[in-house]
Amino acid sequence: MIRFENVGVRFADSAQPVLRGVDLHVEEGELVLVVGATGSGKTTLLRCVNGLVPHFSGGTLSGRVTVDGRDTRTHRPRDLADVVGVVGQDPAAAFVTDTVEEELAYGMESLGVHGDVMRRRVEETLDLLGLADVRQRALRTLSGGQQQRVAIGGVLAAHPRVLVLDEPTSALDPVAAEEVLAALTRLVHDLGLTVLLAEHRLERVVQYADRVVVIENGQVSSDLPAAAMAMSPVSPPIVNLGRLAGWSPLPLSVRDARRVAGPIRATLAGRTPTRVVRSMTTAGHAEPLLRTRALVVNRGRRTVLRGIDLDLRAGEVVALMGRNGSGKSTLLAASCGLLPVRGGSVRVGGLDPKSLRPRELLKHVGLVPQDPGVLLYGETVGAECHAADTDVSAAPGTTRDLLVHLAPDIQDSTHPRDLSEGQRLALALAIVLAGQPPLVLLDEPTRGLDYGAKTRLVASLRSLAAAGHGVLVATHDVELVAELADRVMVIADGELVTDGPAAAVLAGSPAFAPQVAKVMHPQPWLTVADVAAALEAS
Amino acid sequence: MTRALHDPRLPRLLHPAAWWAWAIGLAMAASRTTNPLLLGLVVAVAGFVVASRRELGSASPFGAFLRLGLFVIAMRVVFAALLGGGVPGTTVLFTLPEVPLPAGTGGVRLGGPVTLEGVLAAAYDGARLAAVLACIGAANALASPRRLLRYVPATLYEVGTALVVALTYAPQLVEDAKRVRSARRLRGHDGRGPRELARLAVPVLDSALERSLDLAASMESRGYGRSVHRDAGSRRKATALTLIGLCGVVAGVYGMLDGGSAPLLGLPLLLAGSAAAAASLAVGARREPRSRYRPDPWAAPEWVVLLSGAAAGAFVLVAAQRAVPGIVLQTSPAVWPTLPWLPALGVLIGLLPAWLAPLPPLRALERENHPRGSTRSGTTGAGSGADSIHQEDTIQDSNTENIRSAS
Repeated sequence: MIRFENVGVRFADSAQPVLRGVDLHVEEGELVLVVGATGSGKTTLLRCVNGLVPHFSGGTLSGRVTVDGRDTRTHRPRDLADVVGVVGQDPAAAFVTDTVEEELAYGMESLGVHGDVMRRRVEETLDLLGLADVRQRALRTLSGGQQQRVAIGGVLAAHPRVLVLDEPTSALDPVAAEEVLAALTRLVHDLGLTVLLAEHRLERVVQYADRVVVIENGQVSSDLPAAAMAMSPVSPPIVNLGRLAGWSPLPLSVRDARRVAGPIRATLAGRTPTRVVRSMTTAGHAEPLLRTRALVVNRGRRTVLRGIDLDLRAGEVVALMGRNGSGKSTLLAASCGLLPVRGGSVRVGGLDPKSLRPRELLKHVGLVPQDPGVLLYGETVGAECHAADTDVSAAPGTTRDLLVHLAPDIQDSTHPRDLSEGQRLALALAIVLAGQPPLVLLDEPTRGLDYGAKTRLVASLRSLAAAGHGVLVATHDVELVAELADRVMVIADGELVTDGPAAAVLAGSPAFAPQVAKVMHPQPWLTVADVAAALEAS
Repeated sequence: MTRALHDPRLPRLLHPAAWWAWAIGLAMAASRTTNPLLLGLVVAVAGFVVASRRELGSASPFGAFLRLGLFVIAMRVVFAALLGGGVPGTTVLFTLPEVPLPAGTGGVRLGGPVTLEGVLAAAYDGARLAAVLACIGAANALASPRRLLRYVPATLYEVGTALVVALTYAPQLVEDAKRVRSARRLRGHDGRGPRELARLAVPVLDSALERSLDLAASMESRGYGRSVHRDAGSRRKATALTLIGLCGVVAGVYGMLDGGSAPLLGLPLLLAGSAAAAASLAVGARREPRSRYRPDPWAAPEWVVLLSGAAAGAFVLVAAQRAVPGIVLQTSPAVWPTLPWLPALGVLIGLLPAWLAPLPPLRALERENHPRGSTRSGTTGAGSGADSIHQEDTIQDSNTENIRSAS
């Protein structure tokens, strides 16, 4: 169905080709997962399929890409629209119309599908993706999961035979991600659709894949999922657990792993992970860095937070979880004084953040926003670091030193926009830390990060906590929470519904449980590292 | 076309072109008069129709356009006061210190006496522009320009893409600016002052540009403009016809709006332009492979709306042509404005869509759930319609929360 023959891609402004010598053949009806580290060329590979590379992106493509026998050299993306549907990373950025129905019909209109057929297919697509009750709604009023499903529906309604998806679940909370993936697998099984999918969060998708394509150093290799995972530079926790325990073949789903995990559970029976002990001892009685009492915050007319009481002390790492739009970002913003407080109080180090001048604020609290790019204005990394030093009147080189610690191999002359997601996050974090704020807040830091970058982030944040900083992270990523947090708070509809030690909260609910916890249930293990440490000790 | 569509009681969205034609009619009325009472009436008519026929949950740029109008008036008055404005007057309100300018600058001066006549003339002129802006705002609120864009023929592929991208670009720009500015606070600056603004401009323009590219890529990969280019000759013919037609329409509308141009230039140009545009559509449509999902029907209510706007425009136009007193207000000496009753009656015809246009579906649903007497925004959750609307607001805000996460 899709055939890459000796394909190479090189963009004008880079010395190295992004892809080289790619030979790949995807059969009809396959679900193929594309994995690789950040910046390895996954998106480029996907965009080659419908000719966006090179017709739209520029650059040089050598070799040949054919889809259903059509060569992308002679067919522009719009000429392939009836065969290939592409859903990009940010669904909202790709919406052409205003409402759900119109968006679903847009592709068919361009293809000239007859009116009656179009009417029927829109109805079918609404049902297939569970969008019937929002059919007349404006797209911008939908939740993240709904938007993602509309984006998929928009290309699906045109009945393409190939569906290409770039990180379809990275912005979604665990439940919304399940929804989207369930819809996808149903399409593959019911309609025999060919799906090519790139994703960082392998724990969510790898069990659905028929084949896994690994991109490394611009070259691809493809294999059956279990075999590919054994060699892959990136792998989900369950595979790491399998490697640790020496299971063969490697399990890819919780079900497979549980069936072979009997012995390891028996070995570890009766032990307690060291983490549980740690979080009990850190809960001291020092003055909290962040304290809110009956905090009520509005966004416009709507009340987003309704009476939040929380304390965060030095040395603690707290994860803030909850579905898309539950008020996590609002809580972080209010803690930095970016939003007015309508009721109750918020105190950072005993002070009201809203009353502090921006320069003062930096010394008390730092926030790394969801898109770290908004913190960056400079032309080069060096200029950015210099500006950060002057902003907080720190000694020259402070930020640069922090950055070296967080991400060693960044050149001073690089433009911030050319950094990878992980590097950009590291730069933003270094800038925030330059002011040495006791309290550090991060909003969705792992979007677009590969496992390596995530591990480095966890290590940096843990060492911050060990140095006496308080860290509050809003995230959907349960695996990150399992590795990082002492305490987990869950917000639903602006109210704090859970506040407790990470192990208890994560193990207590299927939606929030990390893979290792599901495999080791009912024992309280959360991460592969925990299990490894315990095995070593025994 | 079924007969039900002619019934104004059937809730549905009106054809966007009908609303835009209605708004142009009102704008035409506004552009031909400087009488603040008449202009106020035009704005009130537009506002009332927006309030009663706008679809719930859709964007409402009407308020923003009104504010822009007020700004225009203020600017006109300030500049007239500062620079004289060339309107002779005797009633001096106060005198600003005058900066002597070299001879030969014409009527322009800097500072000096500020006359009532000058200020009034500027205010009336500004009010006229403000009223036209309000009419455009009303059209935007009643029928989103994107819906209108569905009727841009695919023969104008490039123009269509550019328009859609531009329409997305502008509001995104505002949102990005807010986001980047609040992020600036996180780096210890307050985001105010010209130097700060200059620093913010680059990231804002950058990210908005990136989004526009995303959108264009999405349109491309979903087949927009497919196979339109296959036959170069016919494409060129259609494009030329369409462009000529559109230019004709634009020039015609300008002629109708601008009192200063030759009186009968506007209408024939408008008609000729429309004819050329229609011809190009016919040529283009024959080759156009594009189909339309649930095309907006054009039935009796559309005619009513279009004609009511046209009537409002025509009344004032004719009155202006015949120099009916009160249409163009005398400024020196200044007089109290009076409402010329015949043109005012004409403008009031523009109010008819508030009753005769069909209700948009969501609004109709809500009216079913909250029959007379109950307030619109204060009540919650009595029925499915209100529920869905309420929920919509909630989710909308939560989405903007994601967008503004930096704030």
